[in-house]
Amino acid sequence: MEIPYNVEERQDTGMYNAKLGIWLFLASEVMLFGGLFSAYVFLRMGDITGTFASGSQELNVPLATFNTLVLISSSVTMIMSWVSLKLGDIKKFKLHLGSTLLLAGVFLVVKYFEYTAKFHHGIYPDTSTFFAIYFTLTGLHMIHILGGMVVIFYFLVPGSKMMKTEPERFTNRIETVGLYWHFVDLVWIFLFPILYLL
Amino acid sequence: MSGHSVEDIKKSVKIYIGVFASLAVLTVVTVAASYLDLGSGEAFFLAMIIASVKGTLVAGYFMHLFTEKTTILAVLGLTFFFLITLMFLPYITFIDHPAI
Repeated sequence: MEIPYNVEERQDTGMYNAKLGIWLFLASEVMLFGGLFSAYVFLRMGDITGTFASGSQELNVPLATFNTLVLISSSVTMIMSWVSLKLGDIKKFKLHLGSTLLLAGVFLVVKYFEYTAKFHHGIYPDTSTFFAIYFTLTGLHMIHILGGMVVIFYFLVPGSKMMKTEPERFTNRIETVGLYWHFVDLVWIFLFPILYLL
Repeated sequence: MSGHSVEDIKKSVKIYIGVFASLAVLTVVTVAASYLDLGSGEAFFLAMIIASVKGTLVAGYFMHLFTEKTTILAVLGLTFFFLITLMFLPYITFIDHPAI
């Protein structure tokens, strides 16, 4: 039996089901990160010893700035992959989606160097409340990047068969993974200043 | 956005490139602003304003929220209300602070 509303829009919601589904998921993600951002505010308010100010000075701002630009670029390549599909240009779609995967990999490699530099200096999550929330927030964000990479790889290689059998459904799938990816970028846009610059 | 025509999408590409350039410039501005000699409150306020502008660009254009259906906007409006509540929740601790 065919699953309804994969492509055609439902009359009551005005969209295909997966789109409403991903937005509801993203709403729950906003609350997940929101809870941790709230914890950051709480810990910062109670920081009478100044561990937040001294902690953020231990972090590598140029590397994080570079990573911010990498993630922004990956958001652009992500949306361009959807645009390419809409225009029926499969070659460009693969190029853009592949670039997104590559940029995500670059982000993780940079983060790996950042983490190992901290560990070499004996800085761990139990070093201070600042580093506790730093590792929690950036760690959770990295897990989201990894999850996104798995899904993007699936759509680039094994899952791309659908491009020929159900092109419109496949385009919708790329739109939903794109929404997730832009959300991950959005979270980093707020993480970057609160952890590295303040 | 899924119902947009090919012509609309071709026009959107220019907007996406413009948003990308704006995001890159604003990233540099955020870093530059952190070197200004501001108080911690002002620095936090400025950083959040720049981050919010960047966030609006990503959500509005890349995630198509500027042209999205009311159902999604309503869900996100409710989420945003709870998010803001959560952000200000820690300030309740000030209520029982002894006056110094």
